[in-house]
Amino acid sequence: MPELLSPALILLVAAVAIGPARGQLRTALVLLAPLLTLWAVWQVPDGVQGTVGFLSYQIEPVEGSPLRRLFATVFALMAFVGGLYAFRLARWYELAAAYAYAAGAIGVSFAGDLISLFLYWELMALFSTVVVWCGGTPAARAAGIRYAIMHLLGGVVLKVGIEGVVIGTGSIQIRPMLAQDFNSWMILCGILVNAAAPPLSAWLADAYPESSPTGSVFLSAFTTKTAVLALILLFPGEPVLVGVGLFMVMYGIIYALLENDIRRILAYSIVNQVGFMVCAVGIGTELALNGATAHAFAHILYKALLFMSAGVVIYRTGKTRCTELGGLYQTMPLTTLCCIIGALSISSFPLTSGFTTKSMISQAAANEGLVWVYMLLTAASAGVFLHAGIKFPWFVFFQRDSGLRPKDAPWNMALAMLIFAALCLLIGVFPQYLYALLPYPVDYLAYTPGKVVFYLQLLLFSGLAFFLLLPLMKRTETISLDVDWVWRRAIPALVGWLVLCAGPARNGASRLILACRALFAKFAIRYLGQPHTADSDERGVFARSWPIGTTALWIAILLSAYVLAYYI
Amino acid sequence: MNDDQTQQFLSRPRVIRRLWWVFSLVLALTVMAQGVFYVKGYFTVDSWFGFGALYGFLCCLLMVLFARVLGRLLKRPRDYYREPDDNA
Repeated sequence: MPELLSPALILLVAAVAIGPARGQLRTALVLLAPLLTLWAVWQVPDGVQGTVGFLSYQIEPVEGSPLRRLFATVFALMAFVGGLYAFRLARWYELAAAYAYAAGAIGVSFAGDLISLFLYWELMALFSTVVVWCGGTPAARAAGIRYAIMHLLGGVVLKVGIEGVVIGTGSIQIRPMLAQDFNSWMILCGILVNAAAPPLSAWLADAYPESSPTGSVFLSAFTTKTAVLALILLFPGEPVLVGVGLFMVMYGIIYALLENDIRRILAYSIVNQVGFMVCAVGIGTELALNGATAHAFAHILYKALLFMSAGVVIYRTGKTRCTELGGLYQTMPLTTLCCIIGALSISSFPLTSGFTTKSMISQAAANEGLVWVYMLLTAASAGVFLHAGIKFPWFVFFQRDSGLRPKDAPWNMALAMLIFAALCLLIGVFPQYLYALLPYPVDYLAYTPGKVVFYLQLLLFSGLAFFLLLPLMKRTETISLDVDWVWRRAIPALVGWLVLCAGPARNGASRLILACRALFAKFAIRYLGQPHTADSDERGVFARSWPIGTTALWIAILLSAYVLAYYI
Repeated sequence: MNDDQTQQFLSRPRVIRRLWWVFSLVLALTVMAQGVFYVKGYFTVDSWFGFGALYGFLCCLLMVLFARVLGRLLKRPRDYYREPDDNA
């Protein structure tokens, strides 16, 4: 029986217990539950761990495989370091929601069938919304509602697809498919909503930056990466994903270049990085899927690291925009250093984790002879260095002296950042440890002199472009419109306009209704009305008393008409 | 106290000038390194001398210019979506 219990349940129990627990007990719970989960993740053997009958289906709550274990590992690790980062600052309900959210992600990792996958998927949607709401501002509340609507709609689309596939194939197994019919398209669309794919990518940059400084660290990790896992499990080699991924990569760069809010820059670069993974799943070879998996693992670490450094800055200064920040490196050396390590990792600089994982994806594109994909991914690597690798640390920590002299990170936040910074460097210098955990055998050499020279040229000249083009990248106090403009502005405006136009029409309609009513009343009085006495002639035609003979005559006429009609 | 000491270390013009020299030297070295280390190209053009440098620079230039044009269309004031009765 214990083999049927998902490791996710440990975090779920912890999430419930965080509220009632107090003081040291709560701290112990926050720090130990993810470690216990990590241990449990590695106790799950390969294959389906038994089934439970539910209605007429065989549910498989836990299925192990190297791929699933690797994702669950990084999710548990994220919960631990995120908990360490947040436990002194975050409110208990934010921690509880974040742990339930992480439990959902780990549950999805081990879900052996579509029904369990869907349940954990919705668990994530619910509790990530709570994490957004913990931002505590009116803007966070509104963004949380938009976020919830988007994810619940995505969930409905996913559920429609799952139902269709279950009815069509009679099986709830998770197995690779291609988007060929309505049902598989629905599943693909449902997953892509969570991956922040176009045209619905706006929720990510809308909601994540509105959460608390600690909440955004958790949010950056789980939703999009479980979507990548689901794509690897369900749609490896789906050609549509190559195009979708490339679009996401470019979208992330361009929007991040336009952005002023420091966490929104990072949010757009999540879309950009997930684009690399989605594209890799679309390529679908063993090297590409290994690349997507490894990159998801590395991405969670460095993206959380970047969000942590942004969180420290916001916590210490209360400011969130590039135009208000700058010159913090002198008083926040540790945060600056950790941010730079994260920024170099996301840019796939040699000796950092991004180099050893992202280059696998480019290599997979090259091996398949996909010239354009390879060229665009390489261009995107340069663009990542531009928008996240330099722009983010430059505008926050260097740029100009903003006059702010905040203290560096508190010890727990510093420790959390150092752990992830160390892991970024570890994976960059010794990639073989991560490669050994990947789903397929790895026959790939990350460091060849030629590749290092090529990437150094690419990245350093992007750096040159950044500093030469700085005047063109002057920060402005603006936001950028996205597809969500349609439902945040266009539709409300259209509805308002319709209501306005409806004013005269409504007046006309109500006059017509009144006239009809008067007419009806007149007829009713004429035929049914009964003024004065019981059998006066003034009564309406149908309200009068008639002699019995008249009635008999009418019945005879009607019956003969009926008989006549019957024979005709 | 002269200007040099009141400013942050990296804001001093002398430091910035030196950093540019160092940076230019590093850039030149990475291109020249291609003479020593063979860069394997997958599609002929990417094995050209200095292709990485040129491609990186041009791509960034294009992206920045494209973002600027798009920014004209898409940028709105920060409170664009804010309701009049919102205090945030």
